[in-house]
Amino acid sequence: MIGDYSYSEFFSILAMQGFAGLILFSVFVLMALGLAIIFGQMGVINMAHGEFMILGAYVTYLCSVVVTDYVPFLFPVYFFVAMALAFAASFGLGVLVEWALIRHLYRRPLDTLLATWGLSLALQQLYRSVFGAREVGVTLPDWMMGSISLGDAIEIPINGLFVMGLTMIIAAAVYFIMFRSSWGKRVRAVVQNRVMAGAVGINTKQVDRMTFGLGCGIAGIAGSAFTMIGSTGPTAGQLYIVDTFLVVVFGGAGSLIGTIASAFTISQAQSTLEFFLSGSMAKVLTLLTVVGILMLRPQGLFSLNIRR
Amino acid sequence: MLAVENLKVSYGQSEVIHGLSFAVKPAEIVAIMGRNGMGKTTLMKSLMGIVPSSSGVIRIGDTPVQTLESFERVERGLAYVPQGRMIFSTMTVKENIETGLTVTGETEVPPQIYELFPVLLDMKGRRGGNLSGGQQQQLAIARALASRPKVLLLDEPTEGIQPSIIKEMARTLRRIRDDIGLSIVVSEQVLSFALDMADRVLVIERGEIAHEATRAGIDEAKVASFLSV
Ligand SMILES: Nc1ncnc2c1ncn2[C@@H]1O[C@H](COP(=O)(O)OP(=O)(O)OP(=O)(O)O)[C@@H](O)[C@H]1O
Ligand SMILES: [Mg+2]
Repeated sequence: MIGDYSYSEFFSILAMQGFAGLILFSVFVLMALGLAIIFGQMGVINMAHGEFMILGAYVTYLCSVVVTDYVPFLFPVYFFVAMALAFAASFGLGVLVEWALIRHLYRRPLDTLLATWGLSLALQQLYRSVFGAREVGVTLPDWMMGSISLGDAIEIPINGLFVMGLTMIIAAAVYFIMFRSSWGKRVRAVVQNRVMAGAVGINTKQVDRMTFGLGCGIAGIAGSAFTMIGSTGPTAGQLYIVDTFLVVVFGGAGSLIGTIASAFTISQAQSTLEFFLSGSMAKVLTLLTVVGILMLRPQGLFSLNIRR
Repeated sequence: MLAVENLKVSYGQSEVIHGLSFAVKPAEIVAIMGRNGMGKTTLMKSLMGIVPSSSGVIRIGDTPVQTLESFERVERGLAYVPQGRMIFSTMTVKENIETGLTVTGETEVPPQIYELFPVLLDMKGRRGGNLSGGQQQQLAIARALASRPKVLLLDEPTEGIQPSIIKEMARTLRRIRDDIGLSIVVSEQVLSFALDMADRVLVIERGEIAHEATRAGIDEAKVASFLSV
């Protein structure tokens, strides 16, 4: 017996909450990937990352509305289109922001911090003006609702599985782009030594712009996934940015596996603890544990072993 | 092939290169010699577009490049092996060489490069940072050659390398020149290495050319006197 629960009840709860945490996990992974890519590439901490996510969420919402009104027979598959559009919108905005703002502030980390924070406020206001202050939600197609039963006590939500599957595909794609494609080679060269990368013939400014766009675009996809666990409002992104930083630091900056492991640990810890404690207590416990582990392993969960 | 006219380079208020002019013919090897702090690295960096020049013209063939960015100069045929090598340490040897392919659009490392530096073929899967200093130097040269340059800039390639390997390197560089016919500008403090490989020697002293000699007509004692403190 654990508290008032029998062991089998307890494990069912763990499993249920675990699966319920899948979407949160996916959102964390995607957000952290984007944030880590941008930070690794240009040392920019993007405080507006949450707003790029929310842009993706609004795009998904718009898609659901438009499809319901005009082409209802496409409703079952609209979510795929919405994700692609969410990516495109956030990617586009990212490229624009890099061009208009970020590129003037490289090598000035405090200024970029302030500038992106200002950007996040500006975007929140923009969302408020365009979409209104009220939160909006999307309707999911029927096939994504409901759940698969495993045994009598455990239910796995279908949308959770779907989003996790997609997240894994995107993580794999990012890994492929970074470590197997020639574009990724250029990105890594710029990350290592910007000046030298230019001197071997790499257009570092173009690499910067595309990388920033990619990071933001992935946040847009996270926004699509986010619509399944929360309602979309102008400031909803704010709630996620801190958790995402936590995931990145805990995972060890620059390690894809580390990011995934850390997103998994943190989302699962929060999701299961929330069942037994209040939400804020769960947060505090998670945070304390992460801080404790970071004191023992300052480099994060995973890091590269290499002479530099 | 490479022509520099009246080049001036400053760091902030202090001018380090004061109106330098020289030209390098196709397939010629020119050694730029000078003591520590005389501006060799600064010259290389400004040729490469890493440090901006305040005035003067740099031409590759007939194209002026002094206003272009580094990567555009590489596209026009310049390649650079910096002092301290600066290979990408977390990337593998093969990936390091492949970064040089960006401007050519090739996807495979040309086999000649591995022929010149067989050791790199043996180690192509290793991370660059785990190579020895001499191997890193070869890697940096291979990476520069991958962009199929017309002019190769080498900044103190012999720094921290044992004498027997230095001789070997001089031979390799001459062989590269003979094979591909590219021009080489090499900055150097080791006189014997410069004599081994260069067709012409320029001595720079406080940002100006103080002495110039062809290999045949070189007065070793005079050059040595510039290099001793
Ligand atoms: N970033 C910099 N800012 C200010 N001054 C610099 C900078 N880099 C070099 N200098 C100065 O410019 C002068 C020339 O330096 P440079 O590195 O070109 O010399 P060098 O001939 O390559 O010397 P070495 O043989 O030691 O490599 C030196 O007096 C140096 O102090
Ligand atoms: Mg130097």
